[in-house]
Amino acid sequence: MSWKKALIPLACVPVIILLAYGFRTDPKAIPSPLVRQPAPGFRMAVYDAGELSLETLKGKPVVVNFWASWCYPACYEEAPLLESTWRKYKDQGLMVVGVDIQDKEANAREFMRRFDFTFPNGPDPGSKISIDYGVYGVPETFFIDRQGRITYKHVGALTPALMEAQVQAILKGN
Amino acid sequence: MISTLGGFVLFLALGVTLYAAAAAVLGARAGREDWLASSRNAVLAHFCLVTLAIFLLEYALITSDFSLRYVANTSTRGSLTRYKIAGLWGSLEGSILLWEWLQALFAALVVARYSDRGPSGCRQLMPYVQAVLQGISAFFLLLMTFGANPFAPLFPVPPDGRGLNPLLEVTDMLIHPLLLYLGYVGFSVPFAFAMAALVTGHVSEEWLTITRRWTVVAWLFLTGGIFYGGWWSYRTLGWGGYWAWDPVENASFMPWLTGTAFIHSVMIQERKRMLRVWNLVLITLTFSLVIFGTFLTRSGILGSVHAFADGPVGVMFLAFLALVLFFSFGLVAYRSDALKGHGELDSIVSRESAFLLNNLVLVGICFTVFLGTIFPLLAEAIRGTKISVGTPYFNRVSVPLGLALLLLMGIGPLIAWGRASLNNLQRNFLKPSLAALAGGAILVALGVRQAEVLAAFVFCLFVIGTIVFEFLVGTRTRAKTTGEGLLTAFATLLLKSRRRYGGLIVHLGVVVAIVGIAVSSVYKVEREQTLQPGESMQVGPYSVRFDGMAAGERPTHILVWANLMAFKDGQPLHTLTPGQRYYPNQQSPFASVDARYHWNEDLYVILSAFERDGSSATFKVMINPMISWIWIGGGVILLGVIVAVLPERRLALLALRAKAQVA
Amino acid sequence: MGSQVRGAGSLAGAPGRRHGRWPGFALVWALVWIGLVIPGVAPAASGSPNPDLEDQVREIASGLRCVVCQNLSVADSPSDLAKEMRNLVRELVQQGKSREEIQAYFVSRYGEFVLLSPPKRGFNLLVWGLPFLAIVVGAWGVYLVARRWTLRREEAEPAVDPAYAERVRRDLREREGPAGP
Repeated sequence: MSWKKALIPLACVPVIILLAYGFRTDPKAIPSPLVRQPAPGFRMAVYDAGELSLETLKGKPVVVNFWASWCYPACYEEAPLLESTWRKYKDQGLMVVGVDIQDKEANAREFMRRFDFTFPNGPDPGSKISIDYGVYGVPETFFIDRQGRITYKHVGALTPALMEAQVQAILKGN
Repeated sequence: MISTLGGFVLFLALGVTLYAAAAAVLGARAGREDWLASSRNAVLAHFCLVTLAIFLLEYALITSDFSLRYVANTSTRGSLTRYKIAGLWGSLEGSILLWEWLQALFAALVVARYSDRGPSGCRQLMPYVQAVLQGISAFFLLLMTFGANPFAPLFPVPPDGRGLNPLLEVTDMLIHPLLLYLGYVGFSVPFAFAMAALVTGHVSEEWLTITRRWTVVAWLFLTGGIFYGGWWSYRTLGWGGYWAWDPVENASFMPWLTGTAFIHSVMIQERKRMLRVWNLVLITLTFSLVIFGTFLTRSGILGSVHAFADGPVGVMFLAFLALVLFFSFGLVAYRSDALKGHGELDSIVSRESAFLLNNLVLVGICFTVFLGTIFPLLAEAIRGTKISVGTPYFNRVSVPLGLALLLLMGIGPLIAWGRASLNNLQRNFLKPSLAALAGGAILVALGVRQAEVLAAFVFCLFVIGTIVFEFLVGTRTRAKTTGEGLLTAFATLLLKSRRRYGGLIVHLGVVVAIVGIAVSSVYKVEREQTLQPGESMQVGPYSVRFDGMAAGERPTHILVWANLMAFKDGQPLHTLTPGQRYYPNQQSPFASVDARYHWNEDLYVILSAFERDGSSATFKVMINPMISWIWIGGGVILLGVIVAVLPERRLALLALRAKAQVA
Repeated sequence: MGSQVRGAGSLAGAPGRRHGRWPGFALVWALVWIGLVIPGVAPAASGSPNPDLEDQVREIASGLRCVVCQNLSVADSPSDLAKEMRNLVRELVQQGKSREEIQAYFVSRYGEFVLLSPPKRGFNLLVWGLPFLAIVVGAWGVYLVARRWTLRREEAEPAVDPAYAERVRRDLREREGPAGP
């Protein structure tokens, strides 16, 4: 068999390699184009506390968390961590903002009472803020530095180590 | 207990199948008839063992034996028995077992059919056919032994199972996957014969003649599976469509395209002894695409609604795909000298050319689908960006190619073999062309402006024109020359050249389906509106009144539905109750659509949201014109294939009976 | 090759058949057909409150990927997020935004992934161009092969006498419906 004929079966090699490459990728992990971009501004009616606008928080590091009461178990897992981080760092200027999406108000209030939320949370009628942040599902969390840039986006429940590292990063920047 | 037993049976089957393959090859090499006989027995024993494994798993499923992980994953105690049975192909491990069982069944049928009779040349091929088929079986058994064991135990034994995905709990689910698997497995038979032909060097037309009917039947099952899948999707998935160019759908469509090309191009080889390499390549591609498609759906490398879990299964499938590709294309390369055909053609204007073009377009569409399916992977590998390639892309690229195919469908069957004279062209195509153009002109006058729709209509009209014309002329000529009545003449015509007229009927079915696809996608009307009880919404000539919400418990779920009354031109037409199903183990509800199905227009309603107190609800109402023509077309295709493949004897009997009645 | 042979090449060709038995065959056939098709095409003509806006929304939404359901468009998906996205698209259209602007907005939030049909520039040109390139190259290949075969036949041609060719063709015609395996 001459070398030319060997080319026929060898033509399949690139396809096999490409498919094998597929094992290294995760079809569900889609990088957000918003990372390292200025955070989209939003106004939100906070439950029981008037209105909150991202613009007024300029100069402060902000953690924006998207959650929902129907998001079990991930949102329930990370809720205590959000509250404890807020209590720990609010004196250093950190803001934690919760955006509650596609939820019923009664259920959302029950959720906030259950985890004793003291940071501002509000609903997202029409999912406007969620779409503006390119949210796929809940929970998702955005870390915004003092310049108002998104430094990191996390999909899924937060872990203490990750939360600590990202909060330190946005606290440090000036 | 059942876990150990099942695992043991599968392991034994693996041993037997490897033995069967080895004995066949060695027996053929050494010329030992007794080894060959032993191999044939092993093939049958292998089938019995896999059947036993199926029985064991079904027994566990029906008796809700949750000590098997698979049973716990696919059924609950409360599931209806028929869904418990269907649990066999509700998830990865079981569907592989089912596939392997069909594979074993087909191997046994081939052995039973061709071991001592069958056409000349069959004897030399058979040992290698067995070896290839057993090799494929061995792969599936290895997969179950090392990657996806349907008999894996579960401890501690849970009190109840998780159950099937509710989307799968519909009667169609008993049929759709079975049809697809029968199609997939069916194509392994011509593939095995092709490989045997290459190994033995008997690369002439024998393998084609032997496998022709197998190929057509496999094609029928695959076609049926695809149509049925569309129907299922339309009625249960609740988005009003039947085809989303999802990787899984593409996975079944690609082998269908190459398989269709194969069915056509073998006709040239049978008649003219050319295109030998091409046909081998086509059947190899078809089988490889079956494995490729299964790899796509089982590996999870592409996000897909249907994707099963990942794990070692994906890697094993990829390795098998590589093996199949290297082995078969290596053989083609190795035998390329013997395969050198001496094609001769009287004229470029001939049926041969039409068939070559038909193959070109079919393979071109297949390439497009393949490219579109894996392009996101390529883009990520090279650019590092995630992109999507979806419906708008596939429609845009495949519609022009599909139109070209449609045109060829009118030309191919009627243009003369060898050399088409002007006379032939005029006689066969003048009237259908005029009819098509006249139809096009009328449609333009009626205000149809979209170029693609017009082209589709004109071409469809042309194809149907050629077919009807062919039937008319054939019947009339026969009636005149033999003095038979028109009906008898028609029947005998059909029976005398079943393959030809069966094929034409298949074409007719394809055209009917294409009309359905074209009209339903272009003239679809869709409105979404929130209504309070008593309010109506207007969609086209229909008005839909919302009469309130209701809810009730069903054996496996809670159903919430809206009562609607549809009116057409002010007249009450039909009550509709679209709803949502809530399952205890599922986070979000599943749509339960309702529609008024009608031969030329479906009124299709989805309940997209509602207030708990029933004070308002949002509905998506669609008018899907002529969508049922797609399913009718599928039925006509089925009819055509049956005409084409029904055994000679049975038809002769029928004909005799008919004649007796006439007399 | 004689004209007698040419005529015999036709399958439908049989002696004694009259042309133009039904002069209006073509027209009648077209009318019957269109009579069947019209009921399907007709409803498109009638509309609802704001058909233009709704069709525009649907058109744009069907090019956007529903991000929570992998393989459906925003127009088709029954999910809540897709419904909100449709509403947003409707609002943006009402504000006078063009299709391109709306697409650009979604891409800036979700990445190129959100477009169901890859934009025709840069690397993506491959996925748009390759199919047509393949067809053109393939068609050229088919033409070359067909021509080579035709030439080969023409070299061998003179030996065949018309009567023999006629017989071969008759045989071929009889093989039209060969027996099963």
